Amino acid sequence: MNDRVAMLRGNTVYRIHWELGTDVLIGVCHCGAEHESEDPIELWEWLLAHPEGHEPPAADRQPDQPPADQPPADREPVVDRQPVGAQA
Amino acid sequence: MTFARNQWYVAAYGHEIGRELFGRTILGEPLVFYRSEETGEVVALADRCVHRRYPLSESRLEGDTIVCGYHGFTYDKTGTCVFVPGQARIPRTARVASYPVVEQDTFVWVWIGERDKADEALIPRAPWLADPAYTTVCGMEPLAARYELLVDNLMDLSHETYLHGGYIGTPEVANTPITTEVDEDNKVIYVSRHMADAACPPFYSKSTGIEGRITRWQDIEYHPPCLYLLHSRIAPVGVLPNEDGTDPDAFHVEVVYAITPETEHSTHDFWAVARDFALGDQEVSDFLRENNRTVVMQDVVALDILEQVIQKEPADYQELSVNIDTGGLAARRILKRMAAESDEPVKAARA
Repeated sequence: MNDRVAMLRGNTVYRIHWELGTDVLIGVCHCGAEHESEDPIELWEWLLAHPEGHEPPAADRQPDQPPADQPPADREPVVDRQPVGAQA
Repeated sequence: MTFARNQWYVAAYGHEIGRELFGRTILGEPLVFYRSEETGEVVALADRCVHRRYPLSESRLEGDTIVCGYHGFTYDKTGTCVFVPGQARIPRTARVASYPVVEQDTFVWVWIGERDKADEALIPRAPWLADPAYTTVCGMEPLAARYELLVDNLMDLSHETYLHGGYIGTPEVANTPITTEVDEDNKVIYVSRHMADAACPPFYSKSTGIEGRITRWQDIEYHPPCLYLLHSRIAPVGVLPNEDGTDPDAFHVEVVYAITPETEHSTHDFWAVARDFALGDQEVSDFLRENNRTVVMQDVVALDILEQVIQKEPADYQELSVNIDTGGLAARRILKRMAAESDEPVKAARA
């Protein structure tokens, strides 16, 4: 089982993982951008500010990599159980 | 916070509504319910006679009309007054509001808001409650606390370890990482807590017969404002669902809450527990009903205390939020937005 559970399948899912054994929360935007914080309020604010501050630096991006506001086609969320009754 | 209007809320279980007039206040609006003799459908009307405000729920049902128990004003299923005592003319304004109602998944859902915006397709589902493949126990407890406190409570299950120790709480519940997801478009909040190797609390060991440690998954799926689902999966350690999504070797418990504000400071706390094992076993049903009701009452007592505390404190009191509150914070935000959205037409009309 991967620590990064992902259950919802919508196009605008914001996700916060609480990393095992640490106090760190990892926010993952639907655009693929990630941000770490120890404060859930601060992290929600960062996530919901999308796209502001979510664009990865251009130098870090490979030429064939899509921009941050488009999810990469090959990025499949890790799922260890199909959600029951969730609207996707 | 004001209420989120223009939303569907659970008003009752279907079995609560029959040929007796049934009064219940939803979002501060007193309603009266009954089941139509003619169609079997549930009728919901404003619970105040237009004449002198006498509660229609304290009145008399005659066929499919309500005869006011004070002066005899009589209303049909649509809320239209069809009889005024002592005169032939029925004033044009003699009608009480009627509310859209849908009976689904054993619940009676009522739309609180503008009638023309009521869309049945928006009602979230809890199919297990009416599924013969599940056995369900259910109840409703009055909560003398604002509904936001129950939302906070249910979105963060780490409180199980402390408030419900010995029932559903074990140390792992407070010590396991969680993933919180928000689907902005569909307005769903999902909180997953997957324990790979956990102690089995009595609630589950006695009902499933599992001995030893378990893989325990808790997946919260909250459809604000009203419907809260907790998908609980219990299996011996290491037993996971099959690749195709089937999961024959696990026990599934679907815990359903409907969180319906009664007033700004009180809430209808509907709860149901549906299981896919020991179907029809009365002993297991009695055990789960008694235990879940105990757990619900532990929350009720704590939240009633909290409501009193909040009412006495200054409005600008600052709370502290930590990692366990990630899901609760997401729920608060969506509820706040829903309340603001439903407030807009009211403000526009006043302007």
